[in-house]
Amino acid sequence: MADQVLDAKGLNCPLPILRTKKAIKEMNVGDVLTVHATDPGAVKDFEAFCRTTGNELLESTSAGGEYHFRIKRKQ
Amino acid sequence: MSSREPARNMSIIVTKGTLDWAYPPFILATTAAAMGLDVTMFFTFYGLGLLKKDLDLQISTLGNPAMAMPMMGMHVVMPNIISAIPGVDAMASSMMKNLIKKKGVASIEELRQAAVESDVNMIACQMTMDLFEFKKEDLIDGLTIGGAATYIETATKCDINLYI
Repeated sequence: MADQVLDAKGLNCPLPILRTKKAIKEMNVGDVLTVHATDPGAVKDFEAFCRTTGNELLESTSAGGEYHFRIKRKQ
Repeated sequence: MSSREPARNMSIIVTKGTLDWAYPPFILATTAAAMGLDVTMFFTFYGLGLLKKDLDLQISTLGNPAMAMPMMGMHVVMPNIISAIPGVDAMASSMMKNLIKKKGVASIEELRQAAVESDVNMIACQMTMDLFEFKKEDLIDGLTIGGAATYIETATKCDINLYI
Protein backbone atom coordinates (compact mmCIF):
# COMPACT_ATOMS: atom_id res chain seq x y z
CA MET A 1 0.00 0.00 0.00
CA ALA A 2 1.28 3.47 -0.88
CA ASP A 3 0.74 6.92 0.57
CA GLN A 4 -2.76 7.60 1.85
CA VAL A 5 -5.06 10.52 2.67
CA LEU A 6 -7.40 10.34 5.68
CA ASP A 7 -10.35 12.70 5.90
CA ALA A 8 -10.99 13.35 9.61
CA LYS A 9 -12.81 16.63 9.08
CA GLY A 10 -15.75 17.21 11.42
CA LEU A 11 -14.55 14.56 13.86
CA ASN A 12 -13.78 15.39 17.46
CA CYS A 13 -11.30 13.97 19.98
CA PRO A 14 -10.29 11.15 20.04
CA LEU A 15 -11.62 10.04 16.63
CA PRO A 16 -8.93 11.67 14.42
CA ILE A 17 -6.22 9.84 16.40
CA LEU A 18 -8.11 6.53 16.42
CA ARG A 19 -8.73 6.68 12.65
CA THR A 20 -5.09 7.65 12.09
CA LYS A 21 -3.85 4.67 14.07
CA LYS A 22 -6.13 2.37 12.08
CA ALA A 23 -4.88 3.80 8.77
CA ILE A 24 -1.19 3.62 9.72
CA LYS A 25 -1.56 -0.02 10.74
CA GLU A 26 -2.57 -0.86 7.16
CA MET A 27 0.40 0.98 5.63
CA ASN A 28 3.99 -0.08 5.04
CA VAL A 29 6.95 1.32 6.94
CA GLY A 30 8.08 4.44 5.08
CA ASP A 31 4.62 5.27 3.67
CA VAL A 32 3.19 8.71 4.39
CA LEU A 33 -0.33 9.36 5.69
CA THR A 34 -1.85 12.81 5.19
CA VAL A 35 -4.64 13.61 7.67
CA HIS A 36 -7.14 16.43 7.15
CA ALA A 37 -8.83 17.56 10.38
CA THR A 38 -10.90 20.44 11.73
CA ASP A 39 -10.44 19.81 15.47
CA PRO A 40 -8.08 22.53 16.80
CA GLY A 41 -6.99 20.15 19.59
CA ALA A 42 -5.58 17.84 16.94
CA VAL A 43 -2.46 20.01 16.57
CA LYS A 44 -1.10 19.16 20.02
CA ASP A 45 -2.55 15.66 19.89
CA PHE A 46 -0.82 14.67 16.66
CA GLU A 47 2.51 15.93 18.02
CA ALA A 48 2.01 13.83 21.17
CA PHE A 49 0.79 10.82 19.18
CA CYS A 50 3.86 10.86 16.94
CA ARG A 51 6.33 11.39 19.82
CA THR A 52 4.83 8.45 21.72
CA THR A 53 4.42 6.01 18.84
CA GLY A 54 7.72 6.86 17.14
CA ASN A 55 6.09 7.78 13.83
CA GLU A 56 7.48 10.90 12.21
CA LEU A 57 5.40 14.06 11.93
CA LEU A 58 6.82 15.46 8.70
CA GLU A 59 4.55 18.48 8.53
CA SER A 60 1.78 20.20 10.47
CA THR A 61 0.01 23.08 8.74
CA SER A 62 -3.23 24.99 9.17
CA ALA A 63 -5.26 27.18 6.83
CA GLY A 64 -8.89 28.28 6.77
CA GLY A 65 -9.94 26.24 9.81
CA GLU A 66 -8.36 23.07 8.48
CA TYR A 67 -5.35 21.25 9.86
CA HIS A 68 -3.17 19.02 7.74
CA PHE A 69 -0.69 16.53 9.13
CA ARG A 70 1.78 14.41 7.19
CA ILE A 71 2.92 11.36 9.14
CA LYS A 72 5.56 8.86 8.05
CA ARG A 73 5.19 5.32 9.38
CA LYS A 74 8.48 4.45 11.08
CA GLN A 75 7.92 1.02 12.59
CA MET B 1 10.28 15.93 28.71
CA SER B 2 12.09 13.56 31.03
CA SER B 3 14.33 10.91 29.56
CA ARG B 4 12.81 7.97 31.40
CA GLU B 5 11.12 5.16 29.47
CA PRO B 6 7.55 6.02 28.49
CA ALA B 7 4.73 4.07 30.11
CA ARG B 8 3.67 0.95 28.25
CA ASN B 9 0.69 -0.21 30.32
CA MET B 10 -2.39 1.50 31.71
CA SER B 11 -5.35 0.41 33.75
CA ILE B 12 -8.62 2.21 34.45
CA ILE B 13 -11.21 1.39 37.11
CA VAL B 14 -14.60 2.32 35.67
CA THR B 15 -17.22 2.93 38.37
CA LYS B 16 -19.84 5.15 36.76
CA GLY B 17 -22.44 4.30 34.16
CA THR B 18 -24.10 7.51 32.99
CA LEU B 19 -23.62 8.83 29.46
CA ASP B 20 -21.35 11.70 30.52
CA TRP B 21 -19.21 9.59 32.86
CA ALA B 22 -18.83 6.87 30.23
CA TYR B 23 -16.73 9.14 28.03
CA PRO B 24 -13.48 9.68 29.98
CA PRO B 25 -12.63 5.99 30.46
CA PHE B 26 -13.42 4.99 26.87
CA ILE B 27 -11.67 8.02 25.35
CA LEU B 28 -8.52 7.45 27.41
CA ALA B 29 -8.51 3.68 26.89
CA THR B 30 -8.91 3.85 23.10
CA THR B 31 -6.38 6.66 22.74
CA ALA B 32 -3.81 4.90 24.91
CA ALA B 33 -4.29 1.72 22.87
CA ALA B 34 -3.84 3.74 19.65
CA MET B 35 -0.59 5.10 21.11
CA GLY B 36 0.71 1.60 21.66
CA LEU B 37 -0.07 0.96 25.33
CA ASP B 38 -1.56 -2.24 26.69
CA VAL B 39 -4.79 -1.20 28.37
CA THR B 40 -6.99 -2.90 30.95
CA MET B 41 -10.41 -1.62 32.04
CA PHE B 42 -12.02 -2.93 35.23
CA PHE B 43 -15.80 -2.35 35.24
CA THR B 44 -17.33 -2.30 38.69
CA PHE B 45 -20.54 -1.03 40.33
CA TYR B 46 -22.43 1.29 37.96
CA GLY B 47 -19.60 1.09 35.46
CA LEU B 48 -20.56 -2.54 34.78
CA GLY B 49 -23.67 -1.32 32.93
CA LEU B 50 -21.38 0.04 30.20
CA LEU B 51 -20.70 -3.57 29.16
CA LYS B 52 -24.35 -4.43 28.45
CA LYS B 53 -24.97 -5.57 24.87
CA ASP B 54 -27.59 -2.90 24.34
CA LEU B 55 -26.75 0.50 25.73
CA ASP B 56 -29.28 3.24 26.34
CA LEU B 57 -27.23 5.62 28.42
CA GLN B 58 -28.74 8.61 30.20
CA ILE B 59 -27.33 11.54 32.09
CA SER B 60 -28.53 12.73 35.46
CA THR B 61 -28.86 16.40 36.29
CA LEU B 62 -28.70 15.42 39.97
CA GLY B 63 -25.20 15.75 41.41
CA ASN B 64 -23.95 17.58 38.32
CA PRO B 65 -24.01 21.10 39.76
CA ALA B 66 -21.61 22.49 37.17
CA MET B 67 -23.51 21.11 34.18
CA ALA B 68 -24.27 23.88 31.72
CA MET B 69 -25.84 23.08 28.38
CA PRO B 70 -25.43 25.40 25.40
CA MET B 71 -28.85 26.71 24.44
CA MET B 72 -29.65 29.53 22.03
CA GLY B 73 -26.15 30.94 22.21
CA MET B 74 -26.00 30.88 26.01
CA HIS B 75 -25.13 28.35 28.68
CA VAL B 76 -28.02 27.23 30.81
CA VAL B 77 -27.17 25.63 34.12
CA MET B 78 -29.23 22.69 35.30
CA PRO B 79 -29.99 23.15 39.01
CA ASN B 80 -30.09 19.88 40.97
CA ILE B 81 -33.68 20.44 41.96
CA ILE B 82 -35.01 20.12 38.41
CA SER B 83 -34.01 16.46 38.34
CA ALA B 84 -37.08 15.89 40.53
CA ILE B 85 -39.31 16.93 37.63
CA PRO B 86 -40.38 13.88 35.59
CA GLY B 87 -38.85 13.86 32.13
CA VAL B 88 -36.06 16.35 32.84
CA ASP B 89 -33.26 13.76 32.81
CA ALA B 90 -34.66 12.25 29.61
CA MET B 91 -34.75 15.69 28.03
CA ALA B 92 -31.21 16.52 29.17
CA SER B 93 -30.05 13.14 27.84
CA SER B 94 -31.52 13.69 24.41
CA MET B 95 -30.05 17.21 24.31
CA MET B 96 -26.65 15.73 25.12
CA LYS B 97 -27.02 13.06 22.44
CA ASN B 98 -27.93 15.71 19.86
CA LEU B 99 -24.87 17.76 20.81
CA ILE B 100 -22.66 14.67 20.57
CA LYS B 101 -23.86 14.01 17.03
CA LYS B 102 -23.66 17.63 15.96
CA LYS B 103 -20.11 18.13 17.25
CA GLY B 104 -18.64 15.01 15.68
CA VAL B 105 -18.06 13.36 19.07
CA ALA B 106 -18.00 9.55 18.96
CA SER B 107 -20.87 7.61 20.48
CA ILE B 108 -20.06 5.37 23.45
CA GLU B 109 -21.00 2.36 21.31
CA GLU B 110 -18.40 3.45 18.72
CA LEU B 111 -15.68 3.99 21.33
CA ARG B 112 -16.45 0.67 23.02
CA GLN B 113 -16.21 -1.08 19.65
CA ALA B 114 -12.87 0.67 19.04
CA ALA B 115 -11.68 -0.55 22.45
CA VAL B 116 -12.66 -4.13 21.59
CA GLU B 117 -10.93 -3.91 18.19
CA SER B 118 -7.73 -2.57 19.72
CA ASP B 119 -7.54 -5.46 22.19
CA VAL B 120 -8.28 -3.49 25.34
CA ASN B 121 -8.57 -6.07 28.11
CA MET B 122 -11.96 -5.63 29.80
CA ILE B 123 -12.65 -7.15 33.20
CA ALA B 124 -16.24 -7.37 34.44
CA CYS B 125 -16.49 -7.40 38.23
CA GLN B 126 -17.99 -10.72 39.38
CA MET B 127 -19.26 -9.29 42.65
CA THR B 128 -21.15 -6.51 40.85
CA MET B 129 -22.66 -9.07 38.49
CA ASP B 130 -23.98 -11.00 41.50
CA LEU B 131 -25.09 -7.85 43.32
CA PHE B 132 -27.07 -6.32 40.46
CA GLU B 133 -28.04 -9.67 38.91
CA PHE B 134 -26.28 -9.39 35.58
CA LYS B 135 -25.82 -12.58 33.58
CA LYS B 136 -22.80 -13.20 31.39
CA GLU B 137 -25.07 -13.28 28.34
CA ASP B 138 -26.34 -9.75 29.12
CA LEU B 139 -22.83 -8.45 28.51
CA ILE B 140 -20.70 -8.13 25.36
CA ASP B 141 -18.44 -11.03 24.37
CA GLY B 142 -14.73 -11.26 25.00
CA LEU B 143 -14.73 -10.09 28.63
CA THR B 144 -12.65 -11.44 31.46
CA ILE B 145 -14.77 -11.99 34.55
CA GLY B 146 -12.87 -11.44 37.75
CA GLY B 147 -12.60 -9.68 41.05
CA ALA B 148 -10.41 -7.25 42.94
CA ALA B 149 -7.41 -9.59 42.97
CA THR B 150 -7.59 -9.99 39.18
CA TYR B 151 -7.51 -6.21 38.82
CA ILE B 152 -4.75 -5.68 41.40
CA GLU B 153 -2.51 -8.22 39.70
CA THR B 154 -2.88 -6.21 36.49
CA ALA B 155 -2.37 -2.91 38.29
CA THR B 156 0.93 -4.05 39.78
CA LYS B 157 2.24 -4.37 36.20
CA CYS B 158 0.89 -1.02 35.01
CA ASP B 159 2.70 2.32 34.90
CA ILE B 160 -0.57 4.27 34.89
CA ASN B 161 -3.57 3.36 37.05
CA LEU B 162 -6.66 5.56 36.90
CA TYR B 163 -9.92 5.56 38.84
CA ILE B 164 -12.94 7.12 37.17
